Amino acid sequence: MRAVLPVLGLLAIIGAWWLATIVFAIQPLLVPSPADVVASFLELPGYLLEQTMVTLWEAVSGFALSVVIGVPLALLIVGSSVLERMFYPLLVALNAVPKVAIAPIVVVWFGFGIESKVLMVVLVCIFPIVISTASGMRSTPQELVELFRSLDATRTHEFFKLRLWHALPQIFVGLKVSITLAVIGAVIGEFVGADAGLGYVITVSGGSADTALAFAAMALLAIISVALFYLLTWAERKLVPWSEEHRVL
Amino acid sequence: MITISGVSHSFGGVHALDGIDLEVDEHEFVAVIGRSGCGKSTLLRLVAGLLTPSGGRVLVAGSPVTRPRRDVSVMFQRPALLPWRSVLANVLLPVEILGLGDHRDRARELLELTGLGGFEERLPHELSGGMQQRVSLCRSLIQSPRVMLMDEPFSALDAITRTELSEELQRVQLAQPRAVLFVTHSIDEAVLLADRIVVLSPRPGRIHRVVEVDLPRPRALGQVELDEVGRELRGLLVTA
Repeated sequence: MRAVLPVLGLLAIIGAWWLATIVFAIQPLLVPSPADVVASFLELPGYLLEQTMVTLWEAVSGFALSVVIGVPLALLIVGSSVLERMFYPLLVALNAVPKVAIAPIVVVWFGFGIESKVLMVVLVCIFPIVISTASGMRSTPQELVELFRSLDATRTHEFFKLRLWHALPQIFVGLKVSITLAVIGAVIGEFVGADAGLGYVITVSGGSADTALAFAAMALLAIISVALFYLLTWAERKLVPWSEEHRVL
Repeated sequence: MITISGVSHSFGGVHALDGIDLEVDEHEFVAVIGRSGCGKSTLLRLVAGLLTPSGGRVLVAGSPVTRPRRDVSVMFQRPALLPWRSVLANVLLPVEILGLGDHRDRARELLELTGLGGFEERLPHELSGGMQQRVSLCRSLIQSPRVMLMDEPFSALDAITRTELSEELQRVQLAQPRAVLFVTHSIDEAVLLADRIVVLSPRPGRIHRVVEVDLPRPRALGQVELDEVGRELRGLLVTA
């Protein structure tokens, strides 16, 4: 039942799109109809799925790396005001730089392979993860902190038995923001220099004016983004059942 | 068990406590009562080692309190349960942090005693406020503390639940008496539970009067004798 409304909404949009291409007789070169897009996918299903897997793998491994680096980084920032003052402004500055501007340099450094794409993903993903983890760890209720103090708990205990757990719902907010950015990061990397992936497919289809193929690639990108997002939502429900009532996203 | 001698405390220019002298015996239940802002919670935090007094000394079991001690447990106004831990895991938290070994049987026993048998695996948000505060009570008993400090533990509960929990605490104390310092603003609670009631006067907090409650136990709320002591206390609080 819960899936009915979203599916209905999607079908409505696709219907309107289809209708528009017929009613206004739009050239397929500008806006292909849904049928053109599906046909374009069915021409090369194996190839397109392969490229999807490339982009998916780049996004997921970059995202995983961001978690592995970002969460400990947030722990360090929360744990030490010296480290915070040293590196937090740098992190903000890093995030402020347009990623599209960094991408060519990253490709020059790390080549056309997966490494440069993964690095792009990390660059876009890590900030929301660090911010959400750090602010989640800082927002531990005073009464719980005082309980731990009254037990003469060590800082390690306070971090790993209290603050990190308490931050989990907020960490998941950051993760959900990041996972959609991950796909964007991978595509930016592929735009700049790659020989595989959906971003590469889009670049190539632009060159040959194959708009339907570009749309098919975009649809696949949307599908992996949505799938990854809901996978995380599902994981959150399993791992953080206590936060169900104050879920934010 | 608790010795408070000449204790004064001020923070941020506010003189919260002044010249407090108080002894609590090994098995004695002492209630501290007073208007809000009389420094009663500050007094409790000083004994807990969460604050250091500006003047005077606080001793527990003969040694000065410099930091929180493992034989002293604190129960707060709010349950302060960890929402991701089951009831059982919450009760076991102090044992885990203090590194005291397996206390699961004791935890189950305590939960059974406070009417929470069968709720061991529930999460706190599935419980009512009264049940949560019962879990908190079990948690403050798990390490078998010699001293229990309670900071208005029932004040956030509705009247009926509050009565139930007060009577439960009386049972717990009768079964195994400890040194208890119980901060409250409820006259009924103080009279029901305490051997001695310390009335504090506000700004700065000073001991206004100490009332002995020499009534047999178990006591029950609504008992005529309790009401007499209650009336006396009410009078004292007005003049405090």
